Amino acid sequence: MPLFEQLYNFAHWLSKNREEAEDLVQETYAKALRGFSSYQPGTNFRAWMYRILRNTFLTSRTGLKATMTVPLETDEEGPVVVLTDPQTPESILLDRSNQQVLQDALEELPLHYREVLLLCEVEEMSYQEIADTLGVPAGTVMSRLSRARAALRGLAREKLQGTQKG
Amino acid sequence: MACQEWQNQLDSYLDGELSSDAMRSLDAHLRTCPACTADALARVQFKRSIKAAAGSRFAPNAEFRAKIQKSIAAKPRWNRNFGWKLATASLALILFAGAVTAYVSRQNLERQQFYTELADLHVATLGSANPVDVISTDRHTVKPWFQGKIPFSFYLPELQGTDFTLLGGRVAYVGQSSGAHLIYQIRKHEISVFILPVGGSVPLFTDDSNVERRQTFNVQDWTQGGLRYVVFGDAAAEDIQKLSALLKAAAAQQ
Repeated sequence: MPLFEQLYNFAHWLSKNREEAEDLVQETYAKALRGFSSYQPGTNFRAWMYRILRNTFLTSRTGLKATMTVPLETDEEGPVVVLTDPQTPESILLDRSNQQVLQDALEELPLHYREVLLLCEVEEMSYQEIADTLGVPAGTVMSRLSRARAALRGLAREKLQGTQKG
Repeated sequence: MACQEWQNQLDSYLDGELSSDAMRSLDAHLRTCPACTADALARVQFKRSIKAAAGSRFAPNAEFRAKIQKSIAAKPRWNRNFGWKLATASLALILFAGAVTAYVSRQNLERQQFYTELADLHVATLGSANPVDVISTDRHTVKPWFQGKIPFSFYLPELQGTDFTLLGGRVAYVGQSSGAHLIYQIRKHEISVFILPVGGSVPLFTDDSNVERRQTFNVQDWTQGGLRYVVFGDAAAEDIQKLSALLKAAAAQQ
């Protein structure tokens, strides 16, 4: 089965729930098989599959709830402010024991940041592939990624400081 | 360019999304700038950390894998059914085609046999000492002669003004039925005209054929008024055609 593990991992990251992730993957394969005629050969198959999964999720109850709580992306087109911090937490995060911190932070990220990070870092998709999957322009992918990374750094830093205090 | 601007490009650089020109400039800058190099390194480590934390974080269990495999395998089952239908349809088509071929070849065989029989009759008649039983050039003599000898009546054409001469007639037995065998002559060529009832074992091929060449003879045959006409001889094709036309015209007057 193509992309089975990856799709399941992505589905679980989106839904944060095993049963829902299973339903999503199953639905994705069913839709892909049914609608295979709508797949245009030569276009990105992986992006097509991820798009089906993501759309399925967005129309699910959890997905609708997740998108409702997402703030309007009014900052999408604005300049990306890069926070410069001499004490970057990234080197600390390399530590295996801190993996949990990063996982928690990722789970807390708003959906639109989480998914773009997963597609970029885990699936190692190109910006164009991500754009195809999410149905947004490639330029939006770049700015959203910057914000997502900054948000993840911020969250991870908070969590690290929290654990150090506690 | 200030380091801040270089650093703004670092993510795209590490994601492999910078143009080759921009990448070369950034490479050059990184070789000379320890601060930006440290930043780039931190970002690489961050990327790796995310991949390590999130990639393969959730693995599907074996039960679910089996379930999905089964649901996908259900599609080929449909394909297999479809395959069976296709195979059945193909087989039916092959059988049908085979039946048609057999029918056509049987028809051809019957036709061949029929012409062979007529050719034999034609040659045997002309080679015999008494080729005809009624010797007359007069159609009004020949036609009544057949009365009571064959189970049908026919009309013969008036030959005046043509090159054809009626030599006479005899009863022919073709395909287990009796018919009229007339012999015409044109410029020393004898032409047999067989008039046979349709049905029985006389094969019915065409309603009207063009002159064909069979066993070195020219043949034209057609069906008219419930009778099968076969004009047969070694005369030229156009002569066979002319005689056929005369016979057709006479039969049409009935």
